[in-house]
Parts: sequence; C-alpha cells; structure tokens
Amino acid sequence: MRGQVSRRTVIGFIAPAVFGLAIVGIAPLLYAAWTSLHFFNLIKLKQVKFIGLENYWTVLTDEVFWQAMGRTFFLLCTALPLQLALGLGIALVLHKPGLTILKTLARLSLVLPMATTYAVVGLLGQVMFNQKFGVINQMLGGANINWIGDPTNAFAMIIFWDVWQWTPFVALVLLAGLTMVPGEVEEAARLETKSWWTVLRYVQLPFLLPGLVAVLILRTADTLKLFDMVFTLTRGGPGAATEFISLMIQRVGFRGFDQGLASAQAIILLIITIILAQIYIRVFYKEV
Amino acid sequence: MNTTRSLASQILLLFIIIAVCVFPFYWMVTTSLKTQIVALEAPPVWIFEPTLNNYREALFEDGVLRTLINSLIIAISTTVLAIFLGVPAAFALARFEFRGKKDLWFWFITNRMVSPIVLALPFFLIARNLGILDKHITLILIYLTFNLPIVIWIVTDQFRGIPYDLDEAARLEGASQFTIMRKICLPLAMPGVAVSAIFSFIFSWNELMFGLILTRSEAKTAPAMAVSFMEGYNLPYGKIMATSTLIVIPVLIFALLASKQLVRGLTMGAVK
Repeated sequence: MRGQVSRRTVIGFIAPAVFGLAIVGIAPLLYAAWTSLHFFNLIKLKQVKFIGLENYWTVLTDEVFWQAMGRTFFLLCTALPLQLALGLGIALVLHKPGLTILKTLARLSLVLPMATTYAVVGLLGQVMFNQKFGVINQMLGGANINWIGDPTNAFAMIIFWDVWQWTPFVALVLLAGLTMVPGEVEEAARLETKSWWTVLRYVQLPFLLPGLVAVLILRTADTLKLFDMVFTLTRGGPGAATEFISLMIQRVGFRGFDQGLASAQAIILLIITIILAQIYIRVFYKEV
Repeated sequence: MNTTRSLASQILLLFIIIAVCVFPFYWMVTTSLKTQIVALEAPPVWIFEPTLNNYREALFEDGVLRTLINSLIIAISTTVLAIFLGVPAAFALARFEFRGKKDLWFWFITNRMVSPIVLALPFFLIARNLGILDKHITLILIYLTFNLPIVIWIVTDQFRGIPYDLDEAARLEGASQFTIMRKICLPLAMPGVAVSAIFSFIFSWNELMFGLILTRSEAKTAPAMAVSFMEGYNLPYGKIMATSTLIVIPVLIFALLASKQLVRGLTMGAVK
C-alpha cells in the first residue's frame, strides 16, 4: 500500500533531523530547566546550589517580569491593528486591475523591509530619529522631538519600525488571499453592489481568513521573540520603557548575571508560548 | 471623470508605498557616504560630496571584512547542514505514513514560535563548559533550531507536489526508498530546496542575538560588529551605516530573487 514502509526506513529518514533538533533544541531546554532550579550567578559560580522552585516563585511575584510581559502584549495590540489596517489597504490597492509595471515595482519594494536585518533596522532608527540631525524631525518641519530619550516617544518609535517592517508582510499575505477569489465571483458581486466594503465583507473575507490567522499567530510569536531591533535602537530604555520580555530575560541573565532567575523566566515564557500556540492551533485550524 | 480620479489616486498610493519602503535604504546609503562632519550636521543635508572613506575604514581598519566573512561561513555551513538533515525528513513526511507524524509537525511549528532567548541562556552555559564559545561551529549548530524547521517545511511541500506514479515505477524496478528520493524526487524538488536554502541563509545572516551572546572576536558576526560601533560618545554614524549597507545588500538581493516565495516561506506554508 502507498506510504506504508518499514519502521526502520522511517527512522532512517527522520533520525538525522530529529537527532539534530534534539541536540540543539531540546537538550538546552533541559539544561535551562536544571539551571532554573538553582541559585546560579555567573559571577558567583562557587555558590551554585539547589533552591527548588524559589526562582519560579520570585518570577511569578515579580512586578518587573509582568510589566515586561504586559508591555510586550501592549506592543502587539497597538502594532498589529495598524499592520492589519495598512496591510489590507495596500493589498486592495495592489489588487485593483491595471498599472502592471508600477504594481510590480511596489510589490518588489514591499519585499525589502521584511528582509532587512533587524539589527540594521534598529541602527537606521538611531540615525533617522536622532533629535538633532535626524531626518524625521527635519521632515516634521524642524521639530525638536526627543524620540530616543523620552519613554512615550521611544515606544512610538518602536511601533513605527515594527509597522514599517511587517506591514508589507501582512499586505502580501492578504494579497495572496485576494487573488484566490475566483474572478467571476468577484465580478458578479461588483455588478450587484458599488460598495467595496460589501464586496470585502461577503466575497473576499472568507478567502482572507487563513492568511489572517497565520498573521495573528506569527505576529504574536515574533513579538514575544522581539529582541534585535529594540536592542540596537533603545536597549530597552529609557528606563524600562521599551524593555520587552526577551530583552528583559537577556538583561537579567547576561547583564545581571543571574542565570538561574533568567532561566526560570525563560521557562515560564516557553510555557506561555506553548499554551498560546496550542490555543491558536486548536481554535483557528479547526474553523479554517 | 470618476475613473480618472480613482486611477490618479491609485498611482499616488502606489508611489507612497514605494517611497515609504525604499526611503530608509536611501537614507542609509547616503549617510554611509557622508564624512562624520557632514553626518552630524543639523538639520541633515541632502546634497553633499560623497566619499567612500567609511567603507574603506570599516572594512579594512575596523575588521568588518572579517566579520562579513564569518557571517558568510556560518550562514553557508548551517544552510548546507540544514539541507542534509532536513531533506530526508521532508521526504519521509511527504511520502510515508507513520505514527507520531502529527506530533513531529507540531514540534516543528512550536520551534518556530519559541523565543531564541529561551535557548540562548542554556546554550551559552553549555558552550562555555565545552569551550566552544566564540567558535563558528556554535552558531552553525544553534542556527539549526530555526533553519531545520523551515527547510523541512518547504521541501516537504515540494515533495508532495511530485506525482507518486514516478515512485511506483521505480519501486517496481527494485529501487530502494533512498534511491527513489535521491535519483527521482530530489532533482524534481530542487526549486523548493533552493528556496529553503535562500531562507535559511537570510535568517542566519540576519541573526543578531546569538551572535552577540555566543561570540567575542574570532567568530564575531557582521550584525554583532555593527552593534559594537554603538558604544561610547560621538558615534561614527557614517561608518555604522556603511557596515549596515554591506550587511543588508546581499539579503536584499536574495530576497528579491525569492520574492515570489517569500510570503509562503515566512508563513511556513500557512498561506498557499
């Protein structure tokens, strides 16, 4: 029968990959779990000792940890709607017939932000948003806005770059959905109504759903992972204004040297990630 | 009348989209051609005498060239390794029925979602104990955590598109599954392998955090180098932008080459 092969053949094919991922993906996690149960400070390595769940208790009752978590979800809740709205707008503009060359050019330019090294986005941010010689303040009519040094402005700047980098992604995903709508169906709908909103809501939306689900899952994951761009742009500052969860764990583990506490934070973040992934996959992949 | 206006607004919108996407790159490149004095002029100047000094200094005096070579070695090695490990697994996922197939898939998806900082902490300690901090091999291995899933995903999809009849014919001739994969399916799946290689390269080349934590000087990657210019006062903005330009140009070329598949790759196939 098709697809039925001996167990040995299956193992022969998947073993290299499973083995590889186990070594680099699972073994470190087990080690992190071990570290998280210990007092483990990089500059006091002689005093490593088992302390049970104390690190976890510290994390769960630590305001700073939950503030970083809240900040991370606040970023997701502000950037994602912007990305969806702008992305949908761009997708609809690109979906209109005509202007082939200009549209191809636009599609190619949309590829650029997504591929840009995150660290470079942060460095560009430093240059463009500089208070004195930054081009953004110049474009705002010679404004004298302190972007990097002010907590609210710094957060707005992070939102700006996240939106700049990932709106194209949302736009291209949604555009792929729009092109799945059968031409006759869309034309028939347009003969019935002049309202683009009606067409979007009743004809195009069903085709956009799988893409929207993918965007929601991936943007959530990427926001929890967000590190490079913020690290190069603000290092989490000023104060803790842009210290998102991954940056906070890095600070505790490598600038505060408390590997035990940071590992406990990392494990809790991992658990939250897995729960979210499970919920998303259960809820959405059933319906879509 | 109405259509002319809507056409005009469409053209305008397309131009705005292009401008917003491209402008930061324009600013990066022009800043990289400015001397430090010009770069620090306030308000910024748009017309100036360009110089390649930043590139010369960054590449040859500050050692950016070596970090670019490091990044290249690491990105290529991890990509080749990911393909060697990933292609057989992809073939199994596409062709065989076995228990645990769903769990394997879920494991890959979860891997895509886990924050790298979760792995960076223990990997740093392990690498330190094994004495492989600041070595290329460390980054080559850790980058597998995101490259392997993406290679497996894209190539599985590609294998699925190859008609099963070809396998059957070869099986009747007495070919083993491995021979079928290598001689029949792999040549046909090459486009998918190429795209997954481009992705793996881009992700590895772009990565900063592991590079920052796991290297010091010997194996320092280009993004980590760019960040190390950010210390102290009076930052060398021209040089930083020159380094950034050198980092970004190769990925942009690759991304444009794979632009048609980019969305599918980034969503791991969630969008067809």
